[in-house]
Amino acid sequence: MSEKLRYERPVIQKLNTGLMNKFGTNLDYSPIIEIEGIEVKKLIEEYGSPLFVLSENKIRKKYQHAVRTFSSRYPKVQFAWSYKTNYLNAICSVFHQEGSWAEVVSGFEYEKALANNVPGNKIIFNGPDKSNDDLKNAVIHNSMIHIDHLDELYCLIKLAKEINARPRVAIRVNMDTGVYPMWDRFGLNYENGQAWDALNKIQASGVLDLKGLHCHIGTFMLTPNAYGMAASKLADLAFRVQQKFGISLEYIDMGGGLPSSNNLKGAYLPGIDIIPSIDEFAEAIATGLINSPIRPEDLPTLIMESGRALVDEAGYLLGTVISNKRLSSGKRATIMDFGVNILFTSFWYNHKINPAQPTTDYLEDMEIFGPLCMNIDVIRESISLPPMKKGDQVVVQNVGAYNVTQWMQFITLRPNVVLIDSNAKAHIIRKKESTDYINSMELVPDHLKSFKL
Amino acid sequence: MIKLKKNIALSESGFIFDPSTGDSYSVNQTGSEIIEYLKEGLSEDQITDKLKDTFDSDEEQLRKDLDDFLHHLRQLKMIENV
Repeated sequence: MSEKLRYERPVIQKLNTGLMNKFGTNLDYSPIIEIEGIEVKKLIEEYGSPLFVLSENKIRKKYQHAVRTFSSRYPKVQFAWSYKTNYLNAICSVFHQEGSWAEVVSGFEYEKALANNVPGNKIIFNGPDKSNDDLKNAVIHNSMIHIDHLDELYCLIKLAKEINARPRVAIRVNMDTGVYPMWDRFGLNYENGQAWDALNKIQASGVLDLKGLHCHIGTFMLTPNAYGMAASKLADLAFRVQQKFGISLEYIDMGGGLPSSNNLKGAYLPGIDIIPSIDEFAEAIATGLINSPIRPEDLPTLIMESGRALVDEAGYLLGTVISNKRLSSGKRATIMDFGVNILFTSFWYNHKINPAQPTTDYLEDMEIFGPLCMNIDVIRESISLPPMKKGDQVVVQNVGAYNVTQWMQFITLRPNVVLIDSNAKAHIIRKKESTDYINSMELVPDHLKSFKL
Repeated sequence: MIKLKKNIALSESGFIFDPSTGDSYSVNQTGSEIIEYLKEGLSEDQITDKLKDTFDSDEEQLRKDLDDFLHHLRQLKMIENV
């Protein structure tokens, strides 16, 4: 008996001439059968579906490349891992092993960094919400506190006097870098003199140890020039500080905001075609600092807080097709076992999705939905993929940034997260949640404990 | 009984032309086979049996997909119920 052909569900599609995409058809739907040497099928068998997978190898390579890129252009470079991008302890530890400090934006993240054994003086504390206790904790541990607003500045001056300490501080500076929208909600403004005013107040207080300047000009930035401009402005401030107070600032922290190769919604071209290389950002920043009036021997350390650019491409989300249906328009809808609850970034990215099993070359236009009972649960409004049936598996790419920190525990439990090490061994780095775990945090008052139905 | 609209032209490579509307379509291999069987006047059961012989899949899946495919053909006004 002859061998049967591999089955693919029947598909018919109307051909529309004259409406072709001028950039051509997306042909990158080739199956991803394995990740870092482990079969997708096996990963799902062992750890369940959906499943987040991170590649240690990719993180390390990306990090080392970024450090090389900046260090070859500027003499003193230090990276600080942006906890909010992905604060799973194992991921933070990979960055710390590579030499990255910690950059945190809340008391919770600060505690996490300390628990990860990051020395207090290697933790940068950003963010607008630092409670008195948070500030005290950071002062005691000798961390760098980046002052976001004047209320925080006054609070710190008071605290320093109370506990007789000398907090190490920097101010967060916002400025016009030629990009819109201008991020002016974090820190103090450069152009209207707020930042200079704060620096004077710090020096006048006599109790704060001014160590640096910081900025965070935006996120998923596509313009290296904006960083060049920001670097020049911060260097100018640093020079003025040196001129007036005679102190050479130890560092200039350029924040994060460098893009990953993800596909932004609304962009005509895929991310990989439009994002500037990390070299271009490094060049702009290094030039901005080196060409400033600061003397070469006084150049401050350049701190980078890149998150997304270093971890996004190391993350994968594996999932399974729950069902196929046809919408009223005749368009195919594919329902996956993961939704916006765990793939939060699908709100702003057209994530690349590939099948995890061999397929034919035939493509079908479809909309991809998650499993939530909500209309907003759309993963891709329009995508061409080979026909898939219930039980088929997919791999969503570039999900390493912001998903395992912004995910929601909505109507279901969050899945396992595994890290594949450099020897192709998988390790669970965050356990799948259980109903007991969720219930363990809830309390029911006595009068609500019984009822008859 | 399912009847494919007259004059529907199907090429070997899966290109379909409907002369009554001027619309053209593409089908994958499974879809192409089904349309051929419809042209031959086979019933749903007969088509399922044929597909079962050709493809590596179970009957339940084949029936489900065939049903969905026929719905779509109806929506595209390519078949008419007799």
